[in-house]
Amino acid sequence: MEKEQVPQDDENLLEGKFTVVKYALDKNGKYVKVPSVGWEPENVALKQAWEVINEKVEDARKRVLSGEVSQLAYWIEKNMMDEKLIGDYMGFSKWKVKEHLNPQTFKTLSEDVLKKYAEVFKISVEELTKIA
Amino acid sequence: MIISNYKHQQSAHCENGTVSNLLNFHKLELSEPLVFGIGSGLFFSYMPFLKLNGMPATSYRILPGEIFQRMTKRLNIKIKSETFSDKKKAMDELDRALDKGLPIGMLTSVFYLPYLPKAFRFHFNAHNIVVFGKQNGNYLVSDPVMDNPTEISYEDLMRARFAKGVMPPKGRMYYPIEVPTPTEKEMKIAIMKGLNKTTSDMLTIPVPFFGLWGVRFLAKRLRTWDKKLGEKQAGLYLGNQIRMQEEIGTGGAGFRFIFAAFLQEANDIMRQDLFNEASAEMTIAGDRWREFAYLAGKVCKGRATSDITYPLLADILLDCADKEEKVFKKLKNLKA
Repeated sequence: MEKEQVPQDDENLLEGKFTVVKYALDKNGKYVKVPSVGWEPENVALKQAWEVINEKVEDARKRVLSGEVSQLAYWIEKNMMDEKLIGDYMGFSKWKVKEHLNPQTFKTLSEDVLKKYAEVFKISVEELTKIA
Repeated sequence: MIISNYKHQQSAHCENGTVSNLLNFHKLELSEPLVFGIGSGLFFSYMPFLKLNGMPATSYRILPGEIFQRMTKRLNIKIKSETFSDKKKAMDELDRALDKGLPIGMLTSVFYLPYLPKAFRFHFNAHNIVVFGKQNGNYLVSDPVMDNPTEISYEDLMRARFAKGVMPPKGRMYYPIEVPTPTEKEMKIAIMKGLNKTTSDMLTIPVPFFGLWGVRFLAKRLRTWDKKLGEKQAGLYLGNQIRMQEEIGTGGAGFRFIFAAFLQEANDIMRQDLFNEASAEMTIAGDRWREFAYLAGKVCKGRATSDITYPLLADILLDCADKEEKVFKKLKNLKA
Protein backbone atom coordinates (compact mmCIF):
# COMPACT_ATOMS: atom_id res chain seq x y z
CA MET A 1 0.00 0.00 0.00
CA GLU A 2 1.27 3.45 -0.89
CA LYS A 3 1.08 6.46 1.36
CA GLU A 4 -1.60 8.16 -0.71
CA GLN A 5 -3.72 5.01 -0.62
CA VAL A 6 -3.94 4.90 3.18
CA PRO A 7 -7.70 5.16 3.69
CA GLN A 8 -9.27 8.02 5.62
CA ASP A 9 -12.85 6.84 6.03
CA ASP A 10 -13.88 8.64 9.18
CA GLU A 11 -17.06 7.42 10.83
CA ASN A 12 -16.17 8.94 14.17
CA LEU A 13 -15.48 5.55 15.74
CA LEU A 14 -12.26 7.03 17.16
CA GLU A 15 -14.32 9.98 18.49
CA GLY A 16 -11.64 12.33 17.20
CA LYS A 17 -9.44 11.21 20.08
CA PHE A 18 -6.51 10.11 17.96
CA THR A 19 -5.48 8.68 14.61
CA VAL A 20 -4.08 5.18 14.21
CA VAL A 21 -0.83 4.16 12.53
CA LYS A 22 -0.69 2.29 9.25
CA TYR A 23 2.50 1.30 7.47
CA ALA A 24 2.74 2.35 3.84
CA LEU A 25 5.32 3.13 1.15
CA ASP A 26 6.48 6.67 0.46
CA LYS A 27 7.52 8.00 -2.95
CA ASN A 28 10.94 6.35 -2.67
CA GLY A 29 9.46 2.97 -1.83
CA LYS A 30 10.43 3.25 1.85
CA TYR A 31 8.02 2.17 4.56
CA VAL A 32 6.79 5.02 6.75
CA LYS A 33 4.14 5.41 9.45
CA VAL A 34 1.02 7.10 8.13
CA PRO A 35 -1.91 8.28 10.27
CA SER A 36 -5.38 7.00 9.42
CA VAL A 37 -8.85 7.76 10.79
CA GLY A 38 -10.33 4.47 9.63
CA TRP A 39 -11.17 2.27 6.68
CA GLU A 40 -14.60 1.37 5.39
CA PRO A 41 -14.39 -2.45 5.80
CA GLU A 42 -12.94 -2.02 9.32
CA ASN A 43 -15.77 0.34 10.23
CA VAL A 44 -18.38 -2.01 8.80
CA ALA A 45 -17.00 -4.98 10.73
CA LEU A 46 -16.76 -3.04 13.98
CA LYS A 47 -20.28 -1.66 13.71
CA GLN A 48 -21.54 -5.14 12.90
CA ALA A 49 -19.96 -6.46 16.12
CA TRP A 50 -21.70 -3.70 18.10
CA GLU A 51 -25.04 -4.48 16.49
CA VAL A 52 -24.77 -8.02 17.83
CA ILE A 53 -23.98 -6.71 21.32
CA ASN A 54 -26.78 -4.15 21.21
CA GLU A 55 -29.26 -6.80 20.11
CA LYS A 56 -28.27 -8.94 23.08
CA VAL A 57 -28.66 -6.00 25.47
CA GLU A 58 -32.07 -5.12 24.06
CA ASP A 59 -33.15 -8.75 24.28
CA ALA A 60 -32.04 -8.92 27.92
CA ARG A 61 -33.93 -5.71 28.67
CA LYS A 62 -37.11 -7.20 27.29
CA ARG A 63 -36.69 -10.39 29.28
CA VAL A 64 -36.16 -8.36 32.46
CA LEU A 65 -39.27 -6.29 31.83
CA SER A 66 -41.36 -9.39 31.19
CA GLY A 67 -40.21 -10.77 34.53
CA GLU A 68 -38.42 -13.72 32.97
CA VAL A 69 -35.00 -12.83 34.43
CA SER A 70 -33.64 -10.44 37.04
CA GLN A 71 -32.10 -7.02 36.33
CA LEU A 72 -28.71 -8.65 36.64
CA ALA A 73 -29.15 -10.22 33.18
CA TYR A 74 -29.38 -6.77 31.59
CA TRP A 75 -26.24 -5.44 33.25
CA ILE A 76 -24.28 -8.56 32.38
CA GLU A 77 -25.07 -8.07 28.70
CA LYS A 78 -24.58 -4.31 28.91
CA ASN A 79 -21.05 -4.95 30.19
CA MET A 80 -20.41 -7.64 27.56
CA MET A 81 -19.88 -10.21 30.30
CA ASP A 82 -21.23 -13.67 30.96
CA GLU A 83 -22.06 -15.53 34.16
CA LYS A 84 -18.52 -16.82 34.44
CA LEU A 85 -16.84 -13.40 34.11
CA ILE A 86 -19.12 -11.54 36.51
CA GLY A 87 -18.73 -14.52 38.86
CA ASP A 88 -14.95 -14.07 38.75
CA TYR A 89 -15.34 -10.43 39.78
CA MET A 90 -17.79 -11.29 42.55
CA GLY A 91 -15.94 -14.35 43.82
CA PHE A 92 -18.98 -16.50 42.96
CA SER A 93 -19.33 -19.59 40.82
CA LYS A 94 -21.27 -19.10 37.60
CA TRP A 95 -23.97 -21.32 39.11
CA LYS A 96 -24.48 -18.89 41.92
CA VAL A 97 -24.74 -16.04 39.42
CA LYS A 98 -27.32 -18.08 37.52
CA GLU A 99 -29.37 -18.33 40.71
CA HIS A 100 -29.27 -14.56 40.98
CA LEU A 101 -30.69 -14.31 37.49
CA ASN A 102 -33.92 -15.65 38.94
CA PRO A 103 -36.05 -12.54 39.74
CA GLN A 104 -37.33 -14.11 42.97
CA THR A 105 -33.85 -14.90 44.27
CA PHE A 106 -32.54 -11.51 43.15
CA LYS A 107 -35.12 -9.76 45.34
CA THR A 108 -33.78 -11.51 48.41
CA LEU A 109 -30.14 -10.47 47.88
CA SER A 110 -28.53 -8.54 50.72
CA GLU A 111 -27.56 -4.91 50.34
CA ASP A 112 -23.90 -5.93 50.47
CA VAL A 113 -24.16 -8.27 47.52
CA LEU A 114 -26.13 -5.73 45.49
CA LYS A 115 -23.56 -3.10 46.31
CA LYS A 116 -20.76 -5.33 45.13
CA TYR A 117 -22.54 -6.07 41.85
CA ALA A 118 -23.13 -2.34 41.37
CA GLU A 119 -19.46 -1.61 41.98
CA VAL A 120 -18.34 -4.12 39.37
CA PHE A 121 -20.72 -2.54 36.84
CA LYS A 122 -19.70 0.96 37.97
CA ILE A 123 -23.30 1.96 38.67
CA SER A 124 -25.43 2.68 41.77
CA VAL A 125 -27.55 0.07 43.54
CA GLU A 126 -30.57 2.01 42.43
CA GLU A 127 -29.55 1.74 38.77
CA LEU A 128 -28.89 -1.96 39.25
CA THR A 129 -32.35 -2.69 40.58
CA LYS A 130 -34.41 -0.33 38.40
CA ILE A 131 -33.97 -0.77 34.70
CA ALA A 132 -36.55 0.08 32.12
CA MET B 1 6.50 13.24 39.48
CA ILE B 2 7.06 13.17 35.73
CA ILE B 3 9.81 11.27 33.99
CA SER B 4 10.51 14.11 31.60
CA ASN B 5 13.12 12.38 29.47
CA TYR B 6 10.66 9.64 28.52
CA LYS B 7 9.70 10.05 24.87
CA HIS B 8 6.29 8.84 23.71
CA GLN B 9 6.26 7.44 20.20
CA GLN B 10 3.14 6.16 18.53
CA SER B 11 3.13 2.71 16.99
CA ALA B 12 0.68 0.48 15.19
CA HIS B 13 0.78 -2.33 17.72
CA CYS B 14 0.78 -1.93 21.50
CA GLU B 15 3.29 -4.65 22.37
CA ASN B 16 5.91 -3.51 19.85
CA GLY B 17 5.25 0.05 20.91
CA THR B 18 5.79 -0.36 24.65
CA VAL B 19 8.94 -2.41 24.09
CA SER B 20 10.28 0.12 21.61
CA ASN B 21 9.46 3.09 23.87
CA LEU B 22 10.92 1.47 27.00
CA LEU B 23 14.12 0.48 25.21
CA ASN B 24 14.50 3.93 23.67
CA PHE B 25 14.38 5.36 27.18
CA HIS B 26 17.21 3.00 28.10
CA LYS B 27 19.26 4.29 25.15
CA LEU B 28 18.57 1.48 22.72
CA GLU B 29 16.89 2.93 19.65
CA LEU B 30 14.84 0.24 17.96
CA SER B 31 11.95 0.92 15.61
CA GLU B 32 8.61 -0.87 15.87
CA PRO B 33 9.26 -3.04 12.78
CA LEU B 34 12.63 -4.19 14.19
CA VAL B 35 11.03 -5.13 17.51
CA PHE B 36 8.30 -6.99 15.64
CA GLY B 37 10.71 -8.84 13.35
CA ILE B 38 13.29 -9.79 15.96
CA GLY B 39 10.44 -10.90 18.22
CA SER B 40 9.02 -13.05 15.38
CA GLY B 41 5.63 -11.36 15.64
CA LEU B 42 4.18 -12.44 12.31
CA PHE B 43 2.00 -15.52 12.27
CA PHE B 44 -1.34 -16.90 11.20
CA SER B 45 -3.69 -19.17 13.04
CA TYR B 46 -7.25 -20.28 12.51
CA MET B 47 -8.80 -22.55 15.13
CA PRO B 48 -12.52 -22.91 14.41
CA PHE B 49 -13.05 -25.32 17.32
CA LEU B 50 -12.01 -22.54 19.70
CA LYS B 51 -14.62 -19.79 19.94
CA LEU B 52 -14.07 -16.27 21.26
CA ASN B 53 -17.33 -14.38 21.73
CA GLY B 54 -18.95 -16.97 19.51
CA MET B 55 -16.47 -16.38 16.69
CA PRO B 56 -13.78 -18.84 15.54
CA ALA B 57 -10.40 -17.90 17.04
CA THR B 58 -8.20 -16.40 14.37
CA SER B 59 -5.03 -14.37 14.58
CA TYR B 60 -2.47 -12.79 12.28
CA ARG B 61 0.28 -12.72 14.88
CA ILE B 62 1.77 -14.80 17.66
CA LEU B 63 0.35 -14.89 21.19
CA PRO B 64 0.41 -11.71 23.31
CA GLY B 65 3.63 -11.38 25.28
CA GLU B 66 5.66 -13.56 22.93
CA ILE B 67 7.12 -10.74 20.83
CA PHE B 68 8.37 -9.15 24.02
CA GLN B 69 9.79 -12.41 25.40
CA ARG B 70 11.56 -13.39 22.22
CA MET B 71 13.05 -10.05 21.31
CA THR B 72 14.42 -9.32 24.78
CA LYS B 73 15.96 -12.78 24.92
CA ARG B 74 17.55 -12.40 21.48
CA LEU B 75 19.17 -9.10 22.44
CA ASN B 76 20.16 -10.22 25.95
CA ILE B 77 17.96 -7.61 27.56
CA LYS B 78 17.07 -8.31 31.17
CA ILE B 79 13.55 -7.45 32.25
CA LYS B 80 12.06 -7.30 35.70
CA SER B 81 8.47 -8.47 35.47
CA GLU B 82 6.04 -9.19 38.28
CA THR B 83 2.39 -9.87 39.02
CA PHE B 84 0.45 -9.19 42.21
CA SER B 85 -2.35 -10.71 44.19
CA ASP B 86 -2.93 -7.52 46.15
CA LYS B 87 -4.25 -4.52 44.21
CA LYS B 88 -2.96 -1.85 46.57
CA LYS B 89 0.47 -3.42 46.65
CA ALA B 90 0.54 -3.40 42.85
CA MET B 91 -0.16 0.34 42.82
CA ASP B 92 2.35 1.03 45.61
CA GLU B 93 5.00 -0.87 43.70
CA LEU B 94 4.24 1.20 40.60
CA ASP B 95 4.63 4.43 42.60
CA ARG B 96 7.93 3.25 44.02
CA ALA B 97 9.29 2.45 40.55
CA LEU B 98 8.15 5.84 39.22
CA ASP B 99 9.87 7.54 42.15
CA LYS B 100 13.07 5.89 41.04
CA GLY B 101 12.60 7.58 37.67
CA LEU B 102 11.65 4.46 35.74
CA PRO B 103 8.90 4.37 33.11
CA ILE B 104 6.90 1.17 33.66
CA GLY B 105 5.26 -1.13 31.13
CA MET B 106 2.09 -2.87 32.20
CA LEU B 107 -0.75 -5.05 31.04
CA THR B 108 -4.29 -3.71 31.13
CA SER B 109 -7.78 -4.48 29.91
CA VAL B 110 -8.94 -2.27 27.05
CA PHE B 111 -12.48 -2.42 28.49
CA TYR B 112 -11.42 -0.43 31.55
CA LEU B 113 -9.41 2.33 29.86
CA PRO B 114 -11.82 5.28 29.77
CA TYR B 115 -9.54 7.39 27.57
CA LEU B 116 -10.00 5.00 24.63
CA PRO B 117 -12.92 5.49 22.20
CA LYS B 118 -15.95 3.51 23.33
CA ALA B 119 -16.28 1.53 20.10
CA PHE B 120 -12.92 -0.16 20.71
CA ARG B 121 -13.39 -1.06 24.35
CA PHE B 122 -13.87 -4.82 24.43
CA HIS B 123 -12.75 -7.27 27.09
CA PHE B 124 -9.20 -7.67 25.81
CA ASN B 125 -6.79 -8.21 28.66
CA ALA B 126 -3.42 -7.98 26.95
CA HIS B 127 -3.15 -4.29 26.14
CA ASN B 128 0.31 -2.88 26.89
CA ILE B 129 0.82 0.67 28.07
CA VAL B 130 3.64 2.62 29.69
CA VAL B 131 3.09 4.76 32.79
CA PHE B 132 5.69 7.50 33.04
CA GLY B 133 4.57 9.78 35.85
CA LYS B 134 1.95 10.88 38.31
CA GLN B 135 0.38 14.32 38.49
CA ASN B 136 -2.46 15.57 40.73
CA GLY B 137 -3.33 11.99 41.61
CA ASN B 138 -3.58 10.91 37.97
CA TYR B 139 -1.11 8.67 36.17
CA LEU B 140 0.50 9.80 32.93
CA VAL B 141 -0.01 7.15 30.30
CA SER B 142 1.89 6.55 27.10
CA ASP B 143 -0.53 4.31 25.19
CA PRO B 144 1.41 3.30 22.09
CA VAL B 145 -1.62 3.21 19.80
CA MET B 146 -2.37 6.89 20.52
CA ASP B 147 -0.54 9.85 19.00
CA ASN B 148 -0.22 11.70 22.32
CA PRO B 149 0.20 10.73 25.98
CA THR B 150 -2.90 10.81 28.17
CA GLU B 151 -3.96 10.44 31.83
CA ILE B 152 -5.83 7.92 33.92
CA SER B 153 -7.10 7.99 37.52
CA TYR B 154 -5.79 5.73 40.28
CA GLU B 155 -9.08 3.78 40.48
CA ASP B 156 -9.39 3.31 36.72
CA LEU B 157 -5.81 2.14 36.31
CA MET B 158 -6.20 -0.29 39.20
CA ARG B 159 -9.37 -1.65 37.65
CA ALA B 160 -7.71 -2.07 34.25
CA ARG B 161 -4.69 -3.83 35.79
CA PHE B 162 -6.88 -6.29 37.66
CA ALA B 163 -9.43 -7.22 35.02
CA LYS B 164 -10.66 -10.81 35.16
CA GLY B 165 -11.43 -13.25 32.38
CA VAL B 166 -9.22 -14.69 29.63
CA MET B 167 -5.52 -14.08 30.38
CA PRO B 168 -6.08 -11.83 33.43
CA PRO B 169 -3.21 -9.31 33.72
CA LYS B 170 -2.95 -9.74 37.52
CA GLY B 171 -1.40 -6.32 37.83
CA ARG B 172 1.59 -7.31 35.71
CA MET B 173 4.23 -4.61 35.40
CA TYR B 174 7.66 -4.76 33.79
CA TYR B 175 10.72 -2.67 33.07
CA PRO B 176 14.20 -3.27 31.65
CA ILE B 177 16.99 -3.59 34.20
CA GLU B 178 19.84 -4.34 31.80
CA VAL B 179 19.95 -3.08 28.23
CA PRO B 180 23.25 -3.84 26.52
CA THR B 181 24.00 -2.10 23.22
CA PRO B 182 24.21 -4.86 20.62
CA THR B 183 27.22 -4.99 18.32
CA GLU B 184 26.53 -5.11 14.60
CA LYS B 185 27.18 -8.84 14.65
CA GLU B 186 24.81 -9.43 17.56
CA MET B 187 22.15 -7.40 15.79
CA LYS B 188 22.54 -9.49 12.65
CA ILE B 189 22.25 -12.71 14.62
CA ALA B 190 19.15 -11.45 16.42
CA ILE B 191 17.52 -10.51 13.11
CA MET B 192 18.27 -13.93 11.63
CA LYS B 193 16.95 -15.72 14.70
CA GLY B 194 13.74 -13.71 14.55
CA LEU B 195 13.38 -14.34 10.85
CA ASN B 196 14.12 -18.06 11.01
CA LYS B 197 11.50 -18.58 13.68
CA THR B 198 8.91 -16.76 11.56
CA THR B 199 9.71 -18.69 8.40
CA SER B 200 9.55 -22.02 10.19
CA ASP B 201 6.31 -21.01 11.98
CA MET B 202 4.75 -20.06 8.68
CA LEU B 203 6.02 -22.97 6.62
CA THR B 204 6.50 -26.04 8.74
CA ILE B 205 4.22 -26.44 11.77
CA PRO B 206 2.66 -29.80 10.93
CA VAL B 207 -0.84 -28.90 12.11
CA PRO B 208 -3.39 -27.49 9.67
CA PHE B 209 -4.37 -24.53 11.88
CA PHE B 210 -1.10 -22.63 11.83
CA GLY B 211 1.04 -20.71 9.37
CA LEU B 212 0.23 -20.96 5.69
CA TRP B 213 -1.58 -24.24 6.31
CA GLY B 214 -3.87 -22.21 8.52
CA VAL B 215 -4.55 -19.70 5.74
CA ARG B 216 -5.39 -22.51 3.34
CA PHE B 217 -7.53 -24.20 5.97
CA LEU B 218 -9.45 -20.96 6.50
CA ALA B 219 -9.91 -20.66 2.73
CA LYS B 220 -11.34 -24.18 2.60
CA ARG B 221 -13.80 -23.50 5.40
CA LEU B 222 -14.73 -20.01 4.24
CA ARG B 223 -15.59 -21.26 0.76
CA THR B 224 -18.85 -22.74 2.08
CA TRP B 225 -19.59 -20.48 5.06
CA ASP B 226 -22.74 -19.00 3.52
CA LYS B 227 -24.07 -22.47 2.62
CA LYS B 228 -23.24 -24.03 5.99
CA LEU B 229 -23.98 -21.14 8.36
CA GLY B 230 -26.51 -19.05 6.52
CA GLU B 231 -25.95 -15.52 5.22
CA LYS B 232 -26.16 -13.77 8.58
CA GLN B 233 -23.74 -15.91 10.58
CA ALA B 234 -21.37 -16.14 7.60
CA GLY B 235 -21.38 -12.33 7.47
CA LEU B 236 -20.48 -12.17 11.16
CA TYR B 237 -17.62 -14.62 10.64
CA LEU B 238 -16.32 -12.48 7.77
CA GLY B 239 -16.59 -9.37 9.93
CA ASN B 240 -14.56 -11.06 12.64
CA GLN B 241 -11.89 -11.93 10.08
CA ILE B 242 -11.73 -8.32 8.88
CA ARG B 243 -11.42 -7.01 12.42
CA MET B 244 -8.58 -9.33 13.37
CA GLN B 245 -6.82 -8.38 10.16
CA GLU B 246 -7.32 -4.64 9.99
CA GLU B 247 -8.31 -3.15 13.33
CA ILE B 248 -6.11 -0.93 15.50
CA GLY B 249 -2.78 -2.54 16.18
CA THR B 250 -2.20 -4.38 12.93
CA GLY B 251 -0.59 -1.58 10.90
CA GLY B 252 -2.70 -2.83 7.97
CA ALA B 253 -3.08 -6.19 6.21
CA GLY B 254 -2.77 -8.27 9.36
CA PHE B 255 0.77 -7.13 10.30
CA ARG B 256 2.06 -7.95 6.79
CA PHE B 257 3.08 -4.33 6.15
CA ILE B 258 4.93 -4.05 9.48
CA PHE B 259 6.76 -7.22 8.54
CA ALA B 260 7.62 -5.80 5.11
CA ALA B 261 8.95 -2.67 6.86
CA PHE B 262 11.07 -4.93 9.07
CA LEU B 263 12.55 -6.60 5.99
CA GLN B 264 13.52 -3.19 4.60
CA GLU B 265 15.28 -2.25 7.82
CA ALA B 266 16.91 -5.67 7.92
CA ASN B 267 18.20 -5.03 4.42
CA ASP B 268 20.12 -1.98 5.61
CA ILE B 269 21.64 -3.88 8.52
CA MET B 270 22.35 -7.18 6.75
CA ARG B 271 23.33 -5.48 3.46
CA GLN B 272 21.73 -8.14 1.31
CA ASP B 273 19.38 -7.07 -1.46
CA LEU B 274 17.33 -10.19 -1.03
CA PHE B 275 15.66 -8.60 2.00
CA ASN B 276 14.39 -5.69 -0.08
CA GLU B 277 13.12 -8.09 -2.72
CA ALA B 278 11.32 -10.12 -0.08
CA SER B 279 9.90 -6.92 1.37
CA ALA B 280 8.47 -5.87 -1.98
CA GLU B 281 6.87 -9.29 -2.44
CA MET B 282 5.43 -9.20 1.06
CA THR B 283 3.90 -5.81 0.24
CA ILE B 284 2.16 -7.37 -2.74
CA ALA B 285 0.83 -10.18 -0.51
CA GLY B 286 -0.34 -7.54 1.98
CA ASP B 287 -2.18 -5.64 -0.75
CA ARG B 288 -3.93 -8.88 -1.64
CA TRP B 289 -4.99 -9.36 2.00
CA ARG B 290 -6.42 -5.86 1.91
CA GLU B 291 -8.34 -6.71 -1.23
CA PHE B 292 -9.83 -9.62 0.69
CA ALA B 293 -10.91 -7.29 3.50
CA TYR B 294 -12.30 -4.75 1.04
CA LEU B 295 -14.50 -7.28 -0.75
CA ALA B 296 -15.44 -9.09 2.47
CA GLY B 297 -16.56 -5.72 3.87
CA LYS B 298 -18.95 -5.32 0.96
CA VAL B 299 -20.43 -8.75 1.68
CA CYS B 300 -20.86 -7.82 5.37
CA LYS B 301 -22.65 -4.66 4.42
CA GLY B 302 -24.94 -6.52 2.06
CA ARG B 303 -23.65 -4.39 -0.80
CA ALA B 304 -21.89 -7.17 -2.65
CA THR B 305 -22.61 -7.48 -6.31
CA SER B 306 -23.28 -11.01 -7.48
CA ASP B 307 -19.67 -11.55 -8.55
CA ILE B 308 -18.32 -11.26 -4.98
CA THR B 309 -18.93 -14.75 -3.67
CA TYR B 310 -17.51 -16.81 -0.82
CA PRO B 311 -15.56 -19.02 -3.26
CA LEU B 312 -14.02 -15.87 -4.74
CA LEU B 313 -12.93 -14.69 -1.27
CA ALA B 314 -11.50 -18.14 -0.59
CA ASP B 315 -9.50 -17.96 -3.83
CA ILE B 316 -7.99 -14.64 -2.76
CA LEU B 317 -6.88 -16.23 0.51
CA LEU B 318 -5.26 -19.11 -1.38
CA ASP B 319 -3.44 -16.56 -3.49
CA CYS B 320 -2.24 -14.76 -0.33
CA ALA B 321 -0.89 -18.06 0.95
CA ASP B 322 0.89 -18.80 -2.34
CA LYS B 323 2.45 -15.34 -2.45
CA GLU B 324 3.63 -15.57 1.16
CA GLU B 325 4.99 -19.05 0.61
CA LYS B 326 7.33 -17.71 -2.06
CA VAL B 327 8.56 -14.98 0.29
CA PHE B 328 9.17 -17.34 3.20
CA LYS B 329 10.93 -19.91 1.03
CA LYS B 330 13.21 -17.17 -0.25
CA LEU B 331 13.93 -16.01 3.30
CA LYS B 332 14.51 -19.53 4.53
CA ASN B 333 17.57 -19.91 2.34
CA LEU B 334 19.24 -16.78 3.67
CA LYS B 335 22.41 -16.95 5.69
CA ALA B 336 23.62 -14.27 8.05
